[in-house]
Amino acid sequence: MTDVQWESLSNWAVAACGVVYFLALLVHLAEWASLRKVPVAAGGAAVASVDIPGGVAVMTGPEGEQDGQVRRTEFLGRLGYLLTVLAVAVHLVSLVGRGMAANPDRVPWGNMYEFTLTGTFVVAALYVALYQRFRLAWMAPIVVAFVLSVLMVAVIWLYSPVAPLTEALSSYWLVIHVVSAIIATGAFTLGGITSALYLVKERATPRESGYVARLPKPEVLDRVSYRLHAFGFPVWTFAVLITGPIWAHQAWSSYWNWDPKEVWAFITWVVYAAYLHARTTAGWKGRNAAILALVGVATLWFNFIGINYFSTTSQHSYAGGAPALVTGESALTDSTAP
Amino acid sequence: MTNTTERTSLSTRPSDDDRRPGELNFRELLRWIWRQVTSMRTALILLLLLALAAVPGSIIPQEGVDSLKTSNWQADHPKLTPIYDRLGLFSVYDSPWFSAIYLLLMLSLVGCILPRLWHYWRGFRAQPPAAPRNLTRLPDHASYVVEGEAAAVLERAEAVLRRRRYRVSVGPDAVSAERGYLREAGNLVFHLAVVVVLVGFAMGGLLGYKGGVILLVGDSYGFSNTPDQYDDFNPGSLFDADRMEPFTFSIDDFSWDIYTDGPRAGMSRNFASRLTYRDSLDGPEKTYDLKVNHPLSIGSTEVFLIGHGYAPVITVRDGTGKKAYSLPTVFLPTDQTLQSIGVVKAPFASPTQIGLEGEFYPTVAFSKQTGSYFSTLSKPADPMISMLVYTGDLGMSDGAPQSVYALDKTKTTMLKKKNGAPFRIDLRPGETVTLPDGLGSVTFDRLEEWNKIQISQTPGKFLALGGVVLALIGLLGSLFIRPRRVWVRARREGDGTLVEVAALDRSGGGDVAAVVDDLVKALQQQPEEKQ
Ligand code: HEM
Repeated sequence: MTDVQWESLSNWAVAACGVVYFLALLVHLAEWASLRKVPVAAGGAAVASVDIPGGVAVMTGPEGEQDGQVRRTEFLGRLGYLLTVLAVAVHLVSLVGRGMAANPDRVPWGNMYEFTLTGTFVVAALYVALYQRFRLAWMAPIVVAFVLSVLMVAVIWLYSPVAPLTEALSSYWLVIHVVSAIIATGAFTLGGITSALYLVKERATPRESGYVARLPKPEVLDRVSYRLHAFGFPVWTFAVLITGPIWAHQAWSSYWNWDPKEVWAFITWVVYAAYLHARTTAGWKGRNAAILALVGVATLWFNFIGINYFSTTSQHSYAGGAPALVTGESALTDSTAP
Repeated sequence: MTNTTERTSLSTRPSDDDRRPGELNFRELLRWIWRQVTSMRTALILLLLLALAAVPGSIIPQEGVDSLKTSNWQADHPKLTPIYDRLGLFSVYDSPWFSAIYLLLMLSLVGCILPRLWHYWRGFRAQPPAAPRNLTRLPDHASYVVEGEAAAVLERAEAVLRRRRYRVSVGPDAVSAERGYLREAGNLVFHLAVVVVLVGFAMGGLLGYKGGVILLVGDSYGFSNTPDQYDDFNPGSLFDADRMEPFTFSIDDFSWDIYTDGPRAGMSRNFASRLTYRDSLDGPEKTYDLKVNHPLSIGSTEVFLIGHGYAPVITVRDGTGKKAYSLPTVFLPTDQTLQSIGVVKAPFASPTQIGLEGEFYPTVAFSKQTGSYFSTLSKPADPMISMLVYTGDLGMSDGAPQSVYALDKTKTTMLKKKNGAPFRIDLRPGETVTLPDGLGSVTFDRLEEWNKIQISQTPGKFLALGGVVLALIGLLGSLFIRPRRVWVRARREGDGTLVEVAALDRSGGGDVAAVVDDLVKALQQQPEEKQ
């Protein structure tokens, strides 16, 4: 296949996975809509099943009509999950296509469009992978809606044609650094979603039915959120405090430059360290910890997208069109910029 | 407590004990402060403050990061600059308030770790605590009745738990077990490692240096590593020039190419400089291919290739025909096409000093739209310089330092044509222009290239790296080792034995119901594996 064919394959796959995510979202919405007709608290079994971490409360009541309803929602839930798996697979194809379209072949992380494509892929893939283990069924509509909207932002505003990497970016440290940063971003994003739902659930008055009523108990949400963050935090540490500095040292001659991207990666790290502390501090656990987790996600995504528009001193060359070798903190080359 | 109120009251009566009241108060105050500083809540707030304090430095240009951008910003904001300057906002990361926050955090950290280290040390050999009286009160428990003797059950429980690497102690009617002691160790390692990283980082900042030099390509030019050879030199505050390594190098050859098609057409790549260097003045000559992402290490110093550009060799002859200037002249790139700006100063030319200022275009083209030249390519397919001429006093005799990249035009006049338009000299290699009024001539002899080389010495970088790696290992232990306690009690009840199993998670993140299930299953199996 030629580079051009790979590129159009990638574009095609992005569109296709967008459609499949959309279908998955519709199915999940139908699932939750039809669950509305099944009261959460009807019968002991239903109440007990709310306690299962992450389990969607499904009751096995005596009434036959509700039985059919339950079976329908179960089917829709499973269908939605399968569609999401399919979308993730097509999403992967779009990434591979992007990488193969470049000459020479490379990792698909050359610009914001590709980062966003990869970031949303990791969020969706982590969700799919952890679905069983953490019983994430309740998260389905939110994750799928999130991935779909960010993907749309990427396609509409961030799209750029395939291009070779600038020289400073072609290093194997880039691969390690970016893989870990994106995985951590995925985990933190899922953790942020969980924390947001925790805050919603914690405030909600106990209701008969509806989405919020079927969320797991706040304690369970808190625990799932913690485990996602506990996974993300070491990976983030590895990405921004080990491989990032090693790469920076090779490319720019000093391992820590207080470059805006670095500063915000550090801010994110410190906020999540605070989150982990908050979970064990009386008066901060629960609500405040969840708020900190949201602050963490905000700094993370601000760094990912916002800082590129805010600051022009960033050396992270994918952020702008900095020339390959004339980049860096060389006051010299900057000094002559018009 | 009564004692305290008495002491804090304004009573002149001597206190019961012989100590003076103020002393105790002071000591109490200290202890109170210490307890506050080392509390978890303080650590949490300091962490959040640190995050907040780091923000302005990412928005306001920083002197240490980009000094030119900073001075431009300052020129644009004359009102804000003095205020920002007083607040240290142009060098946030070494400002007193930023330092205060992280030093307090470190103090808090050390104050927090030391007592915990002591506790951990003492608790290291401790036996698991005895079983609570009522195991079924714990949130995760199970109970069942079996036929055999209670002692047999306990014996089996001990074996099962030991196989699962629990620390076990056997009481009269119950077995207590605990595991996951390493979690606390991981946590302590992590926090200690944070201190190590900070020490390594501080060493780099205080003892190291970073400097840049523009060096012409060719073995007739060279660099030797002493501070005066640098164009810009940034030592740490405890830097000692005696620790600089005495190496020398020159650039024999510099090669690079550009993408000729595709969306990045014109972008350069594959930069490589062939260096010849000596580790010390009388060391053997070695060579190295310096590339982006492939620095050269000499001892503890590293040499990086971070920029490149052109240096047209320009010769100025004065009115008497004497060479007043003949040098490769470094032009500084202003964009990706390596369109560059530069100046020539010939202060000893007669009858008058001559200064030239203008641009260099590697591949020149003319834009009708803007009415000016521009460069279409960074490679020198059709190089040209275009300069204006200034005569008069270049201001170089008063001894004030001047940039070699700027012309002081205050006491000069621009050379003009008869019709009043500026006298512009456009030269391609090998061409000469004669200046009017018997001033002399200017020749563009040939083109040379230069590299911008960055050199840095960062002591403590391996300490910092080791510290972060250690921190990560500690972190993994601390986050993923799940400390838990397990108890199994067995006692005779009627004609069977009642077995109670309970488990407690001590980290707040675990799910111990599964542990209880697993244990019950293991206990109920026939102990045949125990040969
Ligand atoms: C630079 C400052 C600090 C950073 C970056 C930091 C970071 C962290 C992180 C990431 C964790 C969670 C991982 C783990 O359990 O090991 C943690 C836990 C902990 N930190 Fe810190 N910390 C700092 C300062 C402090 C200070 C000053 C204290 C003492 C007040 C402290 C006490 C603790 C404790 C007790 C835990 C364990 C909580 C638990 O049991 O889960 N930390 N810290």
